[in-house]
Amino acid sequence: MRRRTFTAGTAALGFAGVGCDLLKRKKHYGGEILGPSLELGHKVRDVQLPQPTTFEDVDVVIVGGGIAGLSAAWRFEGQGFKKYLLLELESQVGGTSRPGGNGISPYPWGGHYVPAPNRDNRALVRVLKEVGAVESFTEQGDPVFAEQALVRAPEERIFAAGQWWEGLYLRAGMSKDDDQQYKRFFAEVDVWVAWRDPQGRRAFTIPRSKCSDAPEPQALDRQSFKQWLEKKSFTSERLLWLLDYACRDDYGTRLESTSAWAGIFYFAARKLNPGEESRPIITWPEGNGALVNHFKNVCQDRIRTGIAVGQIIRISPDAIQVSGFDSKKSTALGWKAKRVIFAGPQHLAQHVIPTLWTERPEGVSAFHVAPWLVANISLRERPKEAGMPLAWDNVLRDSAGLGYVVATHQSYRDHGPTVWTYYYPFTGLDDRAERKQLQDMDWQTCVNLVLDDLRKAHPDLDRYVARVDIVQWGHAMVQPRPNFLFSEALRRAKEPHQGIHFAHTDLSGLALFEEAQDHGLRAAEEILEAFGIVSPSWR
Amino acid sequence: MADGRAAMGAANGSTNKADPGTLRQESGPPGPQLRVPLLFLTVFVIASCGLIYELVAGTLASYLLGDSVMQFSTVIGVYLSAMGLGSYLSRHLHKGLAQRFVDLELAVALVGGFSAPILFQAFAHTHAFRPLLYGLVAAIGTLVGLEIPLLMRILKPQVAFKDLIAQVLTLDYIGALAASILFPVLLMPKLGLVRTCLVFGMLNALVGWWSTHLLKPLLGNRKMLRIRCVAVILLLGTGLAFAQRFTLMVEEEIYADEIVYAKDTAYQRIVITHGRGSFQLFLNGGLQFASADEYRYHEALVHPAFSLKPGAKRILVCGGGDGLAVREILKHPGIEKITLVDLDPAMTTLAAQMPLLRELNKGALLDRRVEVINQDAMVWLNEQRQVERYDLAFIDFPDPHTYSVGKLYTTRFYKLLRKALAPDGVAAIQSTSPLMARKSFWCINATVEAAGFQTRPYNLSVPSFGVWGFVLASPAPFDMPKTTLPDLRYLTDGTLVGMFAFPRDMDRLPTDINRLDNQVLVHLYASEWKRWS
Repeated sequence: MRRRTFTAGTAALGFAGVGCDLLKRKKHYGGEILGPSLELGHKVRDVQLPQPTTFEDVDVVIVGGGIAGLSAAWRFEGQGFKKYLLLELESQVGGTSRPGGNGISPYPWGGHYVPAPNRDNRALVRVLKEVGAVESFTEQGDPVFAEQALVRAPEERIFAAGQWWEGLYLRAGMSKDDDQQYKRFFAEVDVWVAWRDPQGRRAFTIPRSKCSDAPEPQALDRQSFKQWLEKKSFTSERLLWLLDYACRDDYGTRLESTSAWAGIFYFAARKLNPGEESRPIITWPEGNGALVNHFKNVCQDRIRTGIAVGQIIRISPDAIQVSGFDSKKSTALGWKAKRVIFAGPQHLAQHVIPTLWTERPEGVSAFHVAPWLVANISLRERPKEAGMPLAWDNVLRDSAGLGYVVATHQSYRDHGPTVWTYYYPFTGLDDRAERKQLQDMDWQTCVNLVLDDLRKAHPDLDRYVARVDIVQWGHAMVQPRPNFLFSEALRRAKEPHQGIHFAHTDLSGLALFEEAQDHGLRAAEEILEAFGIVSPSWR
Repeated sequence: MADGRAAMGAANGSTNKADPGTLRQESGPPGPQLRVPLLFLTVFVIASCGLIYELVAGTLASYLLGDSVMQFSTVIGVYLSAMGLGSYLSRHLHKGLAQRFVDLELAVALVGGFSAPILFQAFAHTHAFRPLLYGLVAAIGTLVGLEIPLLMRILKPQVAFKDLIAQVLTLDYIGALAASILFPVLLMPKLGLVRTCLVFGMLNALVGWWSTHLLKPLLGNRKMLRIRCVAVILLLGTGLAFAQRFTLMVEEEIYADEIVYAKDTAYQRIVITHGRGSFQLFLNGGLQFASADEYRYHEALVHPAFSLKPGAKRILVCGGGDGLAVREILKHPGIEKITLVDLDPAMTTLAAQMPLLRELNKGALLDRRVEVINQDAMVWLNEQRQVERYDLAFIDFPDPHTYSVGKLYTTRFYKLLRKALAPDGVAAIQSTSPLMARKSFWCINATVEAAGFQTRPYNLSVPSFGVWGFVLASPAPFDMPKTTLPDLRYLTDGTLVGMFAFPRDMDRLPTDINRLDNQVLVHLYASEWKRWS
């Protein structure tokens, strides 16, 4: 039978379409720059805060409510040790992992996932157990992860050559040589997965504090990842793209500005044995903000937000004065503590702890920190597209940005309004100039940067955008540049100074959740030990 | 269609032949010189347009209502008698015939041109399809019946009466012949009903515009008239532009039967086709049911679970927005509440209101015990904190051909479902074909088991689908269902038990578990069905 054309829906759509289309014309969207609070931060730097007249007694003051500070507080709570206070400059704790949200969905403002830890990373397994992401343990002691905590398939897609493809490594159109190099690279990684030093330590594991400091892995740090790859004759364009993307994504660096040690760490540190698949990813709609919220619940009434700490000075062998300023009440505040955990970044430590300059003259100049722009784009609807559907992580190959993650992905919402969290690292060698450049960008300039990038893959995006909110992280991620990770400056930065203990990802040279947590636990346990409280380590 | 053409020709002939009397009455002083041959061309065009609207209405009615002999007969009957009425009414027009003619063309353009889109909308969204159909046919017929008498009166002063009659009627018949040949050969296959209608509406409007030139000496102020012409042409052009923009031509080659309804909702594309004594519902191109044999599917989905819990009061239906599962559920006594969770409000509204669907599901979604919730079932289940749990659940999703549907077949989904079910509750889950997609079927069964259910899979044959499978599941151990309702069309106690036997080529295979973080089923399903398409 010959098919006759018959167009019912045509007209239905046509007439419905006229009205909708006129309404849908480019709507203007709102949004704002949400921080961080530069003014208050700069006051700390320039020491313009009024001095407090009274000082409240407390055993420990934790300065900084990012993951490191929160982890220290979490450790104290786990010990039943309650004589501490946590001071945070911003109105919310969490640092670069802090959660955000609106009527559509909670969303991250930075750190948005943790790779599922193996049993050796006891601290992360412990907190994941507390939030229900680890359901149980196998007989061998391996954690069993809750299905809903793992990233839902499809995890990643990449936009290249005008369309979306499944996965992050572009397989379409790859040559035999590409494939061989890809396999050879992971074979090289596996060599390091299997490697042990004379004491039986791994070259790469998480946290960094458990990694070997033997000469062989140290030698990797004396060259850039790019040099290492050249030496090993890796030339495949798509492999190099993948590795460069990994550097930008995890460190805010490029192949040439990343230590080869860090480059290999990225791929080797989470594997227990050679040949293992990479670890699955654990995430939440609000990213690592879910863990921030958990920490916050655990130590709720000992957290003070909106407090700028101006100065930390030891006044006697067991007394440290912490002067601060309550930005909400505009009053000066002071504390007298036995110990302090400084859980802020290194560039602030130099300003807040005056005696640090004299003792550590190499100071902050050894630390390079990448600035990042993070945008949360609220969409009324999702752009219509064919082919590989929206994944959790959506990456544009030909872009300086890192793409976006979809906040509603983990709440099973596949239709309707959503929020995309877009990440853009500033990876230039002069991080100070890059920081200045970012901070000089107004909201519209930021929005243009973000939307111009996304329009490459979503030409019709504008009609769906309801809001674009921006955070400009001046100091987002410490960069693991060559000759830094085993440097004297980094080693000394971890050491306590006049009763002040340090905890921050800066001290690892790797801006990872696990590193922040490890430093928080270390600092807390150093203090518990000093107070004579004996307990098995959580690290 | 040959009948229609003959009847049409005869009708035109008879109305025109009745006219001489009128003409004689009206013979006034000879008018200004007109370009007569071009006016005869006008006759050809309007004759074609007139027949096209009749054919479109007849075709549309026979697609939507079935029984084409009856539909064509009644449409032609109404149309022809309306033409007679129009011819009769023409005697009441006295002054400004030229301007009346132009206005008449614009009226035919609008009513005729938009008739097909209006009728499709009415069929989908109202209960007034038949009155509207005959009303429109009568209106178009009346207007078309006015055309020729009016034109002949305009031409009369210019041409000898015997020549006038001969030429007008000849061109009238030739125009009808041209339309009757073009319609099935070119217009229907290439343009479809809606576009054909709109294009011919534009032709009528162009005749109106063209006539403002040809009849210039007879017209006063032509400016307003021309503005009206342009406005009508633009209006029809806009309709056509949108019809073009959402063109379905490619799609129509895919379906075996005529598409009688198609809609892109926020979530999916709903298409209803009609043909071979049955109608079919497709979501995103996937067949959901054929009215001829859906009773087999829905009886098998619903009644086995009821035979395990005959006193079930609270029922959950996930998917099933067509209301057909609910129709079967309502056959059981003692139902207190049915919660139907279906993503797409357009689907559940259609099932509740479109006569075609409402008749098939017996108005099930309008039953006061049914609560319709338009949400993704997984999002909804995840947010449920209810104390009162469901006795029975029927899970009737489309096959797992995308990740967003595939998630509804994961251990996570079934664990959420378990929380919503009573401890001895029972769920029946549509699980694709154990013959065409054997691994997929057993993967679903294994996944349900992995979520903590006891399962009993079963299968039956649904001709329009093939061999189809379901999984019966309960958190508590349960026996084989043995008895079912009397007076069903497919199920008997005997066939009920028989469904639980699996032939060797459909028997259980070891498979992976479909988890949210791997979604193995989506890939498995795609690879298995590829062999059959």
